[in-house]
Amino acid sequence: MIKKILLILFFSLNANAALEVTIAQGKVEPTPIAITQIFGADSDTARYGNTLRQIINNNLTNSGLFYTVNEDLYIQSDNLVEKVPRFEDWKLIKAQFLLSADVSKTDKGIRLRMRLYDVFNAKEIEKLQLTIPDENLIRRVGHTVSDIVYERITGETGYFDTRIVYVSEIGPLDQRVKRLAIMDQDGHLDSHQFLTDGKNLVLTPRFAPNNQIVTYMEYKNNLPRVYIYNLKTGEREIVGDFPGMTFAPRFSPDSQSVVMSFSDPNNAANSEIYLMDLNTRSRSRLTNDSGIDTSPSFSPNGEKIVFNSDRGGSPQLFIMDKNGDNIKRISKGRGVYGNPVWSPRGDLIAFTKLTQGNFHIGVMDTNGNNERVIVRDFSLESPAWSPNGRYLIFHRQKRSNLDGTGGEVSIHFIDITGYNERVIPTPLDGSDPAWSPLL
Amino acid sequence: MLKKLFMLIVAGFFLASCAATKTEEGGNVDATSTSASSSSGVEITAGTQEDLIVNVGDRVFFEFDSSELTVDAQATLDAQAAWLMQYPDSNITVEGHADERGTREYNLALGDKRAFSVYSYLAQAGIDTNRMEYVSWGKERPEVIGSDETAYSQNRRGVTIVSN
Repeated sequence: MIKKILLILFFSLNANAALEVTIAQGKVEPTPIAITQIFGADSDTARYGNTLRQIINNNLTNSGLFYTVNEDLYIQSDNLVEKVPRFEDWKLIKAQFLLSADVSKTDKGIRLRMRLYDVFNAKEIEKLQLTIPDENLIRRVGHTVSDIVYERITGETGYFDTRIVYVSEIGPLDQRVKRLAIMDQDGHLDSHQFLTDGKNLVLTPRFAPNNQIVTYMEYKNNLPRVYIYNLKTGEREIVGDFPGMTFAPRFSPDSQSVVMSFSDPNNAANSEIYLMDLNTRSRSRLTNDSGIDTSPSFSPNGEKIVFNSDRGGSPQLFIMDKNGDNIKRISKGRGVYGNPVWSPRGDLIAFTKLTQGNFHIGVMDTNGNNERVIVRDFSLESPAWSPNGRYLIFHRQKRSNLDGTGGEVSIHFIDITGYNERVIPTPLDGSDPAWSPLL
Repeated sequence: MLKKLFMLIVAGFFLASCAATKTEEGGNVDATSTSASSSSGVEITAGTQEDLIVNVGDRVFFEFDSSELTVDAQATLDAQAAWLMQYPDSNITVEGHADERGTREYNLALGDKRAFSVYSYLAQAGIDTNRMEYVSWGKERPEVIGSDETAYSQNRRGVTIVSN
């Protein structure tokens, strides 16, 4: 709905070819951008302008692909929405791009006008005007504008107008209270919401790739089962409603099915991977082995599934066709592997690995080649991809002590090049993060 | 190696204390008695969780990444089976747990296998499956908080909970 409103009101006039900042492996030199004040004529619009500027500035800076030129250096202080910038002034302070915007009130709502300039080529490269019907949408608009700037300059799909669902944690480590919670990707407190009340233990939420539905595991009446949570209606529904534990759910790329583990009491409670069609509720068994099979994750084209299995003795990563045929081990390194997650770009698989006393989060090609570690620590888990496949979020937990102290767990963001790690703030401890598609 | 040694010591200590208690209490625990006194002198109702803990042992321990019952574990479960025979009105839930050194999902699977190992051992020992449930808690409910082998070895466990 909101998306539609934005789409209708949004128009972009310039159609220059995308300016692509080449992103190679390794450290990326951030692109310098100047963001002028977002001008407003009265105190309300000035406040909206400040909020928007802050959101855009944070988003672009946090991506690691931009840095904002210190405002104190700005020579020109005008509103540059209607006025052509003095490009020489901006060149002098080494701003490669320049964003200017203003906010005003109209009878339809809050009007935002934005201009993006390529300073070195002295031309406008993006222009937009939109009307925000409701003040509560300001944050969304800030994220949308950030996405437009990011996409225009990097040539990659943006990821700012997205949300993160995760497990909020509080209480003693042996009686942890866990609640599903959701927030904007930047973790801003204004966007934070709890989805469950903490009465039942909840684990491992994951977003559907195409809609605002989350699948997760909940211990309702002490029965661990897979559920889906419709974020629009607030409806919760059990998916794996048969005797035996269902867990480790993930959506298929079309969001119509859930692939998960089912531990069948008639199969010695050994976890096998099943596919459940959400429309027909029919399930099909994909694996059949005496080892544990879990953590399935679809390739974005829906043809393959990567999963975790200890069929060879220790937990490793395997790939199979979507019907369970052609099972092949792909992890090659030493150590215990888990949590494989297929990149939305299709080219990489993120994973965790336990070796030499430490957890590692890394990525490998889909055939297991070119494994590289992105981050290493005592306890790391639950890698999840940004919808554009450039970043991972995961959780990092500190050691705990016999006296009950320690064990703090937090959500982190990192570029898959291994640079630009930062904490995504949460009001309490946070784990098991998962990223929504673009809203 | 150290880990194994420690486990043996823990399990051994546990069994020893159970055995001693059992010998002590052996005479006055039967199906008709409603209470028995433990060695500490506290009144314990027969057929309850407390009774199971004090007089039999409510848990077994597992090796790292294993759901196989050790010899010690089997001995504990034999005693649990005998106890359950003695108190046919006591139903149980077996909980399977894992240490924190594995992924959440893998540990849920492992916890379920552990719980099922205990469940099926008791079933084979003659306990009616209608009296038993089992559930995995993965690494979500450690018995001992701590990021070292001392804690881990006690957290890799199957616990028998008397549910009524």
